[in-house]
Parts: sequence; C-alpha cells; structure tokens
Amino acid sequence: MSTNAAAAVQIEGLTIAYQAAGGSTLAVRGLSLRVERGETFGLVGESGCGKSTAALALLGYLAPGAHRIAGAVRLQGEDILQASPERLRALRGPGVAMVHQDPVGALNPVLTLGEQLLETLRCHRPQGYAGMRAELLQMLGRVALPEPASFLARYPHQASGGQLQRIAIAMALLARPRVLVLDEPTTGLDVTVEAEVAQLVADLARDFDMAVIYISHNLGLIRRVCGRIGVMYAGELVEQGLAATVFGAPAHPYTMALLACLPHIAPGQPPARLATIAGRVPKLDKEPDGCSYAPRCAFVRDQVCVHSGAIVMAPVAAEHAARCARLGMLHQAAPDHSAVAVDRTVGALRLSLQSVWKRYATAGGLLARLGRQGALATPAAAEVSFDVRAGEIVALVGESGSGKSTLARLVAGLEQVTSGQVLVDAVDVGGLRPRQRSDQQLAAVQLVFQNPDRTLNPSHRVGRILARALRRGGRIDERSMRDRVSALLSQVQLPPETATQWPHALSGGQRQRVAIARALAGKPQLVLADEPVSALDVSVQGAIINLLLDVRDNTGAAILFISHDLALVHAIADRVVVLRRGKVMEAGSRAAVFAPPYHPYTRTLLAAAGAAKDVSHVLEPAPPGLPPGGCLHVDQCRQRIGPICWQQAPPEREVVPGHRITCHRATAELMDVP
Amino acid sequence: MLRGVGERPLAATGATILLLWACIALAAPWIAPYDPLALDFSGAINHAPSAKHWLGTDSLGRDLLSRIIFGARTLFAVVPLAVGSAFVVGIALGAIAAYSGGLIDQVVSRASDVMLAFPALIIYVILLTSLGPSLINIVIAVTLAYAPGVGRLARGQVLAIKELDYVKAAQARGDHPLSIIVFEILPNARGPLVVDLSLRAGYTVILTGTLGFLGLGLPPPTPDWGAMVVENTQLLSSHWHMAVVPCLAIVSVVVACNFLADGLRD
Repeated sequence: MSTNAAAAVQIEGLTIAYQAAGGSTLAVRGLSLRVERGETFGLVGESGCGKSTAALALLGYLAPGAHRIAGAVRLQGEDILQASPERLRALRGPGVAMVHQDPVGALNPVLTLGEQLLETLRCHRPQGYAGMRAELLQMLGRVALPEPASFLARYPHQASGGQLQRIAIAMALLARPRVLVLDEPTTGLDVTVEAEVAQLVADLARDFDMAVIYISHNLGLIRRVCGRIGVMYAGELVEQGLAATVFGAPAHPYTMALLACLPHIAPGQPPARLATIAGRVPKLDKEPDGCSYAPRCAFVRDQVCVHSGAIVMAPVAAEHAARCARLGMLHQAAPDHSAVAVDRTVGALRLSLQSVWKRYATAGGLLARLGRQGALATPAAAEVSFDVRAGEIVALVGESGSGKSTLARLVAGLEQVTSGQVLVDAVDVGGLRPRQRSDQQLAAVQLVFQNPDRTLNPSHRVGRILARALRRGGRIDERSMRDRVSALLSQVQLPPETATQWPHALSGGQRQRVAIARALAGKPQLVLADEPVSALDVSVQGAIINLLLDVRDNTGAAILFISHDLALVHAIADRVVVLRRGKVMEAGSRAAVFAPPYHPYTRTLLAAAGAAKDVSHVLEPAPPGLPPGGCLHVDQCRQRIGPICWQQAPPEREVVPGHRITCHRATAELMDVP
Repeated sequence: MLRGVGERPLAATGATILLLWACIALAAPWIAPYDPLALDFSGAINHAPSAKHWLGTDSLGRDLLSRIIFGARTLFAVVPLAVGSAFVVGIALGAIAAYSGGLIDQVVSRASDVMLAFPALIIYVILLTSLGPSLINIVIAVTLAYAPGVGRLARGQVLAIKELDYVKAAQARGDHPLSIIVFEILPNARGPLVVDLSLRAGYTVILTGTLGFLGLGLPPPTPDWGAMVVENTQLLSSHWHMAVVPCLAIVSVVVACNFLADGLRD
C-alpha cells in the first residue's frame, strides 16, 4: 500500500450521527478504509449497520438530520464533505458516481433513456450530438445491453429491472468517474441477472481503472466480485481484508456467525436447521464501553469484552485486520446444524394441482383484442401439476414472472383458475373465491407473505390483528381471546406483551413472526409461504425458517415454500418444483433436482448460485417467421437443440419415478457438462 | 394522528382557533350582549364601534358583535353537518367503487365525472332554487357538490391499499368485503382525507357567504357572516367596520382550517 500517492478513496475516522426527536443516533463510528484505483472493495453488513450512510457520505451527501462529528472522506486527497456547492457539482460525476439500489426510482419516468443518458454527457463532457450518440451506443454495448440503439428511444417502463440497472451503470460511467459507489445494485433483480450485473461491475472496474465500492448484504455475491472486503456492524468496521481470507478464515465472531448463517448447497448434505444470530443490531447514542457486538457474541468474556474501553482494529495477518479483544483466542466450534429428522412419515395428500392453467385477459382495448386474432398472452400458469403431502415441504422455485406467486394466490382463492383442478383435501376449490369456500376449506390453507412492511395493518395493534384472524373461528369472548392471542404469540416465540405493540415498533423478523402467527390462527393444514424471508437479513432468516420447521414438526402441517433462493431451498425442502414462465420445467425430490441430470434452466439457476457449471453458449435470437409455441425457456436456453425447441412444446419425461424433466433433450444429454 | 397535533405548532394554532370559535358558539346566548335579531329603530343605525356597541351596529340597528357571536353558531350548525355528510357519502361511494372494480367502479366514476363537470355554483343554484333555501337543503346541495371530489380521493387511496398484503390476508380469510373496507382499508386511508376535510370546511364557510349573496342562504334575519359581508360591502367607504369585521371572522376560521390541514398532513 503506497502511502505517498493519495488513494482514490480514503475515509479517515468518519463519524456521522443522526439527530432525531428522541435523541441522537450514531450511524457511522470511526470508519476508516482505503481503496485504490482498479480495486473493488466490498462493504458488507446488515440493515442498520450504517453502510448506506457511509455510501452517501462518499458523495458528500448527508441526509437531513445527519451531521458529521469527526473524520473526513477524501477523494484523491480532497475532503468532499468540506467542499463548496460548486466544487461538489464538479466532483460528482467525474470524481465520484453512484449507482443506487432501485433503478426504477433512479430514472426519470417521463424522459426517454436516451435523453437521460445524453444529459449526463452534456453536463460533464459535452460534444457534438453525433459524437455523444456514438459514445452512448458504445457505452451501452459495454454494459452488455442487446441492441443498444433501440434503448435510446425507450422509456424506463419499457425496460426490465436488469436492463435499467445496466443503464444506470452506463450513466454513471459516462462521466468517467474515478470512484464508483454501488449501493445494493442487484437487490430485487433475478438471481441470474444479479450474477451477470455483478460480474459486469467487476470487469468494468478493471477496464476503467476505477476504485469501486460495492455495498451489499449478499455475502455470496461479494465473495465472487470483490478483491477486498470490509464487514460493518453498528456503524464501524469489525473486519477488513482480502475477500478470500475473510471468507476463508474469518477472525471476528460476527463475520463467523454471519457466514454460518448462509445456507450452502453442498451435495449430499441432509436438510438441517439454519443458524441465526440472536438479538438486534444496537442503536447507539454514544460510543459503547467495550465491544458493540458483545451482547450477541458467542465468545464473549466479560473481563476483556465489556467495560473495557474502545477496541481497535488489530492485524490478524497480512492484509487482514479485525476489531476483537480476543483475537487469536477463538476456537470456532463446528456449526451446530441439528439435522432435521429424515424418517418422518409423509402423510395424507393435502394439496394437489392438476393441469392448472391461469390466463389473464389481454390488456388493451377492443381493437387490441381483435388485432391479436385469438393469440393469447403468455399464461401465468401453464399445465402445472404437483402434489403436497402432510408433513412435507415442497419448494416452488422460480424467478420473477415464473408464476409462483400466482400459484399461491390460486391455491388460497385470491385468484380463480382458468382451467384445471386445485384439490385441497380432495375437494376442488380452484374456481371458488374465499367467500365461497367453507370455513373448513379456508382454515386449511393459510398464506404468509413476503414483505414484512406490508404484511401487517399499520393501524392495528398486534393483538387486534391476531384477534381478527382468530375471530373467523367463531365468536370468542374477551378473556379467552386474550389467552388465545398469547398462545399464538408463544407459538412463534414472541412474548405476550407483543400484543399491545404497533407493527412499526417491531423489527422485520418480529413482524414476519406475527404474520406466521396470524396464519396459524386458523390451524392450517397447509401453509403457503411466499418468499417469507427474502426481505430479511441473513442473520434473521434462519430464525423464521426454523420457526416454519417447528410449525411443521408440531402440527404436521404441509408447507409450500416459494423462493428464488436455491441455497435456502436446498437447506429445508423435501421436494422441489422449478417453474419458468408458468410452466414446470423440473420437479422431483430435493436430492434429484440438485444433482444431474439437470433441466437447462435448473442448471442456469444453480450456476448463478455457484453450485453447478453452466454451458457457455452464445444465445442467438429466434429465427424469424415462427408461429408461437415451443418451449417457454427457449430464448434463454443454453442447451438448445435446434428449430424443434422453437416450434414444439417439449415433452415431460420421467427420469426416475418422482423426478420429471420437461425438455427435448434426452436425459443422458442433461448430465454434467464436461 | 391526533397525537401529533400537540407537537406541531401550526396544527395546534389552527385547532385552538377553531376550538375558541366553537366555545363562543356554544356560549352564545350567555355572552352576546344583545339579541342579534333585535332591531333598534331608535336611530342607532350604522354606528361606529362605541362603548354601547363594541363593534357598532348595522343598517337595521342590530348589534354587530352579537351577530358575529351568533354567526359562529350558524357556522357550526351548517358546516360540520354539510361537510360531514359529503364525506360519508363520498367515501362510501369511492371506497365501494374502488374495492369492487369492474362495472360498479365504471358507473360510479362516470357519474362522478358528470357531477364534477358542473360548476359547483350551478349545482347550488339549481338545487336551492327548486327546493328552497333551508339548512337541510344546503346540506344536500353541498353533499352533491363535494361527494364526487371526495369520492375520487377515497377511490385512489383504496385502490392503492387494496393491493397490500394485509388486505389480501383478510380476503384469504374470507372476511366480508364491507368489514375489510371499514376495518382494514379505511383506517389507513385517513391521511389525505383528513386534510381534504379541513380544507373543504374552509371552503364551506366561504360558500355560506356566497349563498347569502345570491339569496340562497339561510333566511335573512339569521346571523350569517357571509351574508353580513355581502350586504355591507356597499358601505365600505363610509362604515368599513361593518364589512371588514365579519370578513376577518371568516378569514380566521378558514386560515385555522388550513393550518390544521397543513399540520395534519405530515
């Protein structure tokens, strides 16, 4: 590390506090890091650790209510937090550029993409129109956008999330920044797109000789993309070093615990409970006396860790430092994954979908309908069939647009099937709305939703939310209602006092527990969990998953678990159904799906998760003049055979009893690639 | 939301002013020095403020201060009833239209559009000339004029909230649609509706004056600030207090409503 040349980014002892009605909170405490040009530095941490505040400070931006207490943010030696407004305008763009989390929010919906990109160029490197347009097209090609010229005239709503994020990156790069900050750029994108965008960023950092700071909570992605990483907790860096070293031999207990919480896809590993980190990230109003992680640490020793004054970063090895008072004295215990009992008797058939189709009426007016001439829009669900038995966990895997949420809604009755049967305890409820179903049928199936912020009514206290759910079971008087609510809360491991709290006072994990309690109010036999942990931190996910497993063990309920996270699915599912654009591509037991032979789409998903090797293949566009039909995965499939894949719907083959793959290729061809 | 009123000085100011006028209205028979309807032909006409009549008298010898105080009564009789009725009808229509969707939504929305196409004044004129001016007819007219706008607002709110997960959870439980609208959705739609309520209350205060000018307001002897402003405008150059004082009273109420709306908005 050269100390004479000013580093591209140097943060020195940055401390930022937020002033709010209740007092002040330290968001960032004594943050110090250094990034050189051409390097990719990953800043990792969970919600509440201060990484977003630090990211914004890199642009010289402090949110309203925030003020810097100490430290400096130096870009090439210049402190951006001291810069005058004119200097800031000059720095933002060529000095430092940012890519935000939500590309839809970062782009103006009423301007075409071309106009917005041109705006950047006009601001920082104006030239003649022809020259700017040429540069735009070159940059869009550089971020791997297909057919760049067509994007210039499009509006943001006409591009997908992944495409918008690439355009946002292109916009940042047009100014030729020396420093690029990316704040969770791939959250909300599909897994396959996520992997591509992350790789793109890594390549661009090298080619453009930028210092890149990549902020994320997705440890797996960071590991693949970044050279050095820093782990943040409660506003300070607790560990810093080369990515390989930090992930391979973590020195700080928090890093160790975080890595232990990550589900991995390890072939042959039986389903197991997930590790969690108990407790919450503290909201500090002043520097803690001792270690900030001590209350949650598995290795804490009161004499050295608590009431011991500030703990400093100490080197562990070359290019590796950690902030722990007991460095070098920690013996990492083997993770205690209590294996889930595998000799459960799988019970009666609870849910059976048989050739379920769901089509939505084409949007657009009468003329549009006439013009289409009977060709229907892509169905949300196409001939989906699978079973769920009592005590089983069936995982529905797919990306956005795969129809998995539609299927959940069909089973719950929020939508009605176009054709096919949804048999709940041998009765077809596919065409019945919830009001038309019997109380028994309603109680049998309950939903748990994805977003903990929207899943509870903010105007009701927790007790009232649960009471409304319980009331469906009949009239209950006041006293026994309170008892029933407390019983529900204890089922999800929440204290009875939670009943008097408002949803906004609870953490994401607690809200999700309340949502599960609400689902349990009806004593369901089938719990539909639609991405129940996607919006939660890694350290909290495990607790919710374990809770679902407890529910399954204690009540014998079946669980239909919808997710896009293959590692999570591998950890707990018994059977897996892979969906693509509404059609089942592969279905079978967990062991069968996660091992070859793979359906090409399954292979792509596993490759994105780092658990399989994908075929490298240049995707040619469709040959023109083809009638609609054929495989629904064909445009992204890397193992296409030829025209048959475009023209004919593939057959569903039973590889072994219980394992089906829908593909034109023979089973032998779907085994491992050389 | 009411908890926040104490913390925001703007909303607190507005609320205080309105509360003050409400108390004056309640206590009117006891604090007004004279009967507001008492004519004084002894010649105490158009007197400027004096010791005997603190705010002066009007062209019929009636004490202005008493008329102002009793005018607050009229205000609090008409405005809350009219605006309240408009909101109940508007929210009901808007919420049901948004929740049901489809044909019901189309019918209600198109009917609202038709009503909104009329200038409000035309609605008042048509209704009140045919039905005759009275308290109940004013309430009906105001309801007809305001409900479509309120309905639009409610509809927009309900449409957005309807898609949220907790509403879907209630639907999946098989709850009755009315129960869902009233208990799950509407409590979360409060924000813009409360603000709109405050603003419309202010407009209604001005409206009573306009109606008085057109002769469509409450029958003449009734003390009404708007009518007082209008009937005394011609005397502005000579006896300005007679028009300005009721005007200031109206302004104070409307501004208080706006302060309240501003404060509650956050």
